[in-house]
Amino acid sequence: MKTLEIPISECETGNYHTFCPISCVAWLYQKIEDSFFLVVGTKTCGYFLQNALGVMIFAEPRYAMAELEEGDISAQLNDQKELERICLQIKNDRNPSVIIWIGTCTTEIIKMDLEGIAPKLEKQLGIPIAVARANGLDYAFTQGEDTASAATTHRCPEHIRYATNQQTEDGIGHVAVGAAPTDGIPHEKGRLERYSLVLFGSLPSSVASQLTLELRRQSISVSGWLPSQKYTELPALGEGVYVCGVNPFLSRTATTSMRRRKCQLIGAPFPIGPDGTRAWIEKICLVFDVKSNSLEERENQIWKNLKDYLGIVTGKSVFFMGDNLLEISIARFLIRCGMIVYEIGIPYMDRRYQAAELLLLQKTCEKMKTLMPRIVEKPDNYSQVQRMHELRPDLAITGMAHANPLEARDIDTKWSVEFTFAQIHGSTNARDALELVTRPLRRKNSPISGCRSLSRQTIES
Amino acid sequence: MKLAYWMYAGPAHIGTLRVASSFRNVHAVMHAPLGDDYFNVMRSTSERERDFTPVTASVVDRHVLARGSQEKVINNISRKDEEQRPDLIVSTPTCTSSILQEDLQNFVDRASLSSESDVILADVNYYRVNELQAADRTLEQIIRHYLDRARKQGTSDRSVTYAPSANIIGISTSGFHNQHDCRELKRLLGESGVAINQVIPEGGSLKYLKDLPRAWFNTVPYREVGLMTAAFSEKEYGMPYISITPMGISNTADFIAQIGKLVNVWASVLSEKKLNYKLYIENQTKFVSQAAWFSKSIDCQNLAGKEAAISGDATHAASITKTLVREMGIRVGCAGTYCKHDAERFNEQVQGLCDEVIVTEDHTEVGDTIARIEPSAIFGTQMERHVGKRIDIPCGVISSPVHIQNSPPGYRPFLGYEGTNQIADLIYNSFNLGMEDHSPDVFGGHDTKEVSAKSLSADRKETNWTPEAELEPNKIPGFVRGRTKKNTEISARQNYVSEITVDVMYAAKEKSSL
Repeated sequence: MKTLEIPISECETGNYHTFCPISCVAWLYQKIEDSFFLVVGTKTCGYFLQNALGVMIFAEPRYAMAELEEGDISAQLNDQKELERICLQIKNDRNPSVIIWIGTCTTEIIKMDLEGIAPKLEKQLGIPIAVARANGLDYAFTQGEDTASAATTHRCPEHIRYATNQQTEDGIGHVAVGAAPTDGIPHEKGRLERYSLVLFGSLPSSVASQLTLELRRQSISVSGWLPSQKYTELPALGEGVYVCGVNPFLSRTATTSMRRRKCQLIGAPFPIGPDGTRAWIEKICLVFDVKSNSLEERENQIWKNLKDYLGIVTGKSVFFMGDNLLEISIARFLIRCGMIVYEIGIPYMDRRYQAAELLLLQKTCEKMKTLMPRIVEKPDNYSQVQRMHELRPDLAITGMAHANPLEARDIDTKWSVEFTFAQIHGSTNARDALELVTRPLRRKNSPISGCRSLSRQTIES
Repeated sequence: MKLAYWMYAGPAHIGTLRVASSFRNVHAVMHAPLGDDYFNVMRSTSERERDFTPVTASVVDRHVLARGSQEKVINNISRKDEEQRPDLIVSTPTCTSSILQEDLQNFVDRASLSSESDVILADVNYYRVNELQAADRTLEQIIRHYLDRARKQGTSDRSVTYAPSANIIGISTSGFHNQHDCRELKRLLGESGVAINQVIPEGGSLKYLKDLPRAWFNTVPYREVGLMTAAFSEKEYGMPYISITPMGISNTADFIAQIGKLVNVWASVLSEKKLNYKLYIENQTKFVSQAAWFSKSIDCQNLAGKEAAISGDATHAASITKTLVREMGIRVGCAGTYCKHDAERFNEQVQGLCDEVIVTEDHTEVGDTIARIEPSAIFGTQMERHVGKRIDIPCGVISSPVHIQNSPPGYRPFLGYEGTNQIADLIYNSFNLGMEDHSPDVFGGHDTKEVSAKSLSADRKETNWTPEAELEPNKIPGFVRGRTKKNTEISARQNYVSEITVDVMYAAKEKSSL
């Protein structure tokens, strides 16, 4: 992968608001149905989780805190024994297929050897224990999922190469990459069938099946997702497996699958917005040497369906304060929608993993004849608010800590965290993404200009 | 290590931040890793605060672990000093800084040399105290700091005001209905002929703290926050304080009687006339508060002997227990609190009023107890509300921790005479809903649970769902599932598609705007 010459204007002080990366348990425990997440940390972590996740906490979640007490900090208690006691209790109560330990700031500082203890307890308890260090010392918000995914990457079964030399015939002529060994006829195309495609990034299962479907239309079949719906169904990784990310914050997972599991990474823009989705599919097709089929037509159709929303956003300006690493992709999509982006704040910018996305951003700016927005890594919220007072954007995409105060100062805001929980991937969900962006803009106009009909969309899935 | 899913009281630094951000023009600088500034989110959402929360983090990251954070903390304090010119910057330790064991006091001393703002380090041990204790401690620390200084500088004014006056101590941000309680308390004091000297910490200004001792006495409405400050003022300045919570009719009457006692001690000296509060109490009890009449009315008669379970912080759980038992004749199966540090006093308060007392921080223990007792209604925190949902028992929320719906824009005090009305509503509504729920069951329910066939289902035969597509709607959240299915079928029919595949379903979604 080559690094691009795209200027990142600045790296500020890193005094910004974001969620702690342990928040990833909130969506991952729902995604991986037979998992249990144990956050080894203090009351601070627990307080954050219980408040950030609101009602979810009351639904008997499959996650809990191993709350460290003074005796743990001063090593009067034995870490291994304590964790053993707690994990045994979890095993008895919930019987999960995997326990994922989330290391926190505290376990880092007191240097608790979670990676060392896990294999021992794993043997003792007979349950796989994966360790993800999703702490606020090193990571921001969605990067938590990245550490957890990287940890599960090690647990994927080995891809057996010979098995995929054969392939199934499914009538439509799909390139059944990575299909189970059956008595099918060996494919004639030669190279392709030896490869298998695994997509990584946790998405709601309906979105995962939409993306799978998009690829199947191009005769590419997906052999697995990381993470899978069940821990016991993790996809096989190894030499000959192509992997491709669906989210911009998964750079560790990408690195781990390349370096440790010898997979080949497909560096593509991310499938957010119809433009991103098309570019994503095109890149995958290119890698598999498959001629893409009516993608442009499809993209245009989607844009046509978005017309009502585009009318609202065109010409409006937006300011990303930055907290979840989706910023580049969403900004690129919004620029393509005709918006003017003043600033893209982002916690962390992996130029190599996001190279294709950055390139698409640049191309989109050229196409829409706008200036490349400034990208600010590790932003400083205080300075950003000052800048916002000068720029007066039509919309600020920001965290909840700033939303109400900015609204009170007459700057419309959209809560950024919603983008991580809403379905925004793939062409199918482009409307949902714009639905989020336009909500504050519509709210202001709705009683007058008759845009009210659009609000029906809020409950559309 | 403790396996924990949920906690009632937050970590210590939250208490410090609550007090610091309640004062006017005080800024808190947390020594914490990225993401620990979650307090800002809580305040901005739950309290619908329209100003930026005056809390910043001096972020602890890898570099800090390697090099120590001294320059960073000092720079961040100086920066805040320049940017916002607060009167005071409270440097706030967190769980992380506690283990790093850096000499924060030293940083604070150095930072205060170059800052125009005062700078103090919150003296709170993360691993020993919880949110409430920390709030209590921080409030006392700030008050002590400014009173001591005033005394040293000779600016303190210790002469009591001419007319009777009082301070209200312990109203703070994120406190359960604190804003409304404060308004009601001011009214109560005002009608008793007592002027308000100062309210702290909420909206309090540090400039005026030196005049705090001018009040005749202090009132501490909540046991959780303010008692330390009141005790300090009593010891150092001889100020008496009232720690009775005026919640419920009899407590409020006691509270006013106490005011009478304190006022009349001085009144006889200063103005040589005694104030009589008996008439006021009687009038209020009979006519302003509807609660006395309510408990006499037939409605409340029906509640007699019904059983309730109570859980919450020490102040609210004890007061509500008293109200239910003494004023409404309701049986209390169990009364509990999570304020373990105040257990002794809580036991004393509810002694003889309930069958059992549980003092625990473990919500599952509370839940199990409630499930075992099977009361007709629960009065507790949001957690008990969810316990109630699960076992189908109504719940009235009477204490933190709470959600945003417990920061109502409407006037909802729990204290004073208006508070008794609100409490009566809350209690009656909880029980009444429970009974409404039961009677339809007894009579087999008025609604048939099966919804009669919708017109669409007749067309169902025309559209075939492939087995794969049949499963797909299950991946969609329940509340939109029906609509999605319907839209898919309509779209399929419009396009003359006879068989619905997954493809068709999502194609329909893409076009759903048309």
